[in-house]
Amino acid sequence: MLSKRIIPCLDVRDGRTTKGIKFQNNVDIGDPVAMARHYYEAGADELVFYDITASSDRRDIMIEVVRRVAAAILIPFSVGGGIRNLQDMRAVLLAGAEKVSVNTAAVLEPNLIAAGAKDFGSQCIVLGMDVKKVEASEAIPSGYEMVIHGGRTSMGIDALWWAQEAERLGAGEICLNSIDADGTQTGYELTLTRMISEAVSIPVIASGGAGAPEHLYQVLTAGRADAALIASMVHYGTYTIQEIKDYLHQRGIPVRLSW
Amino acid sequence: MVVIIDYRAGNLTSVVRSLKVLGVAAEVTQDPEVVARAARIVFPGVGAAGTAMAILQELQLDQALKGAFARGVPILGICLGAQVVLEYSDENDNTRCLGLLPGRTRALPRQPGLKIPHMGWNQVRFLRDHPVFKGLPEDAEYYFVHSYYPSPAQKSMVLGVTEHGVTFPSVMGWRNLVATQFHPEKSGRFGLQLLENFLAWDGVPC
Repeated sequence: MLSKRIIPCLDVRDGRTTKGIKFQNNVDIGDPVAMARHYYEAGADELVFYDITASSDRRDIMIEVVRRVAAAILIPFSVGGGIRNLQDMRAVLLAGAEKVSVNTAAVLEPNLIAAGAKDFGSQCIVLGMDVKKVEASEAIPSGYEMVIHGGRTSMGIDALWWAQEAERLGAGEICLNSIDADGTQTGYELTLTRMISEAVSIPVIASGGAGAPEHLYQVLTAGRADAALIASMVHYGTYTIQEIKDYLHQRGIPVRLSW
Repeated sequence: MVVIIDYRAGNLTSVVRSLKVLGVAAEVTQDPEVVARAARIVFPGVGAAGTAMAILQELQLDQALKGAFARGVPILGICLGAQVVLEYSDENDNTRCLGLLPGRTRALPRQPGLKIPHMGWNQVRFLRDHPVFKGLPEDAEYYFVHSYYPSPAQKSMVLGVTEHGVTFPSVMGWRNLVATQFHPEKSGRFGLQLLENFLAWDGVPC
């Protein structure tokens, strides 16, 4: 039976991870490569990197990070943030990432999904979605709207429609982030996750709101998610991946226990 | 010399680097002459069967692979490389494939609530013993990404099976060929163990 994936997410700016991280071992807490290695050995099923480097002339730093991460781990990882065109995708994939995540650029130019899927295969193309709950309306019938710029800019696009459209265009997976739940550590947005996951046949990674193992249990059962993104709850050493997986396993969730 | 066949079917970076971890500097090639001299062949790949076969034919790698198989060179097929070794694929309208093994590649049946592609970690139930399985624990999981699966004509060629809606062959073996639907190069230390076993294998099934 297919295991549910537990995926730590690392934000990287100018080649350094941005959140302070408390590890018991001698890990350089700012080095994404050391952290990738740590999470690989700790039982992460996959990793996600978001490049939040503001300046575009420093993007080659991220490519070097991707190359070093690829040499340090033997599990899949994806890279998102600032992927604007096929050249950006190609650079990240050739550096050794298995997948690229497109978000804003795909909303602005949906054919980027189709072009990426054609050139590199659907399995490489992850659609990142930042979603905000709104009043249901004629334009946004599902009551969930696509947003960009960390939620400051609404796109007038219905999240449910966009998820199905992206699947049709060739996205191989969706990473679904709730702007409302993000950073709260009070649990994932279950209604949204279930709605999207049931509406598409491609896998959905839930993102935003994880603070305790029970939140992962909820989103992997009631939320129908195929995978769960985690950040602070492991970055700050509150939980280990082993503890999270043991919790889920005891409650009957299929997870990878041997690595 | 270990040769990795490059037929423009996806990224070979992870295959190259996992062999490097094992201390093997493999040669990545599109050249049938290099394949003809190979002592061992890794045949990876992601993508669609139709395109893959067209490129293999264009580069004359199809004949080179058939020749290597006939000579007894140990071959490891991975993912798409485990599918196009069969005779036909349901993908891209009944694509004629290499036919190293009798059988065909079929689509994973769609069912309500079942996610396609089959993406993530899953177990393999070993049905037969094989030298490449040495040291692999029963509960090990491997990384899969695919929407089609290999279905060899002979039951004896199925070495391992995996569940995703249906029970499908996830490892095949016949003579000097072994093929995995999953990606050993992305499957942590157990995947690495399988690759190491393959590098030590003489091509003779047990």
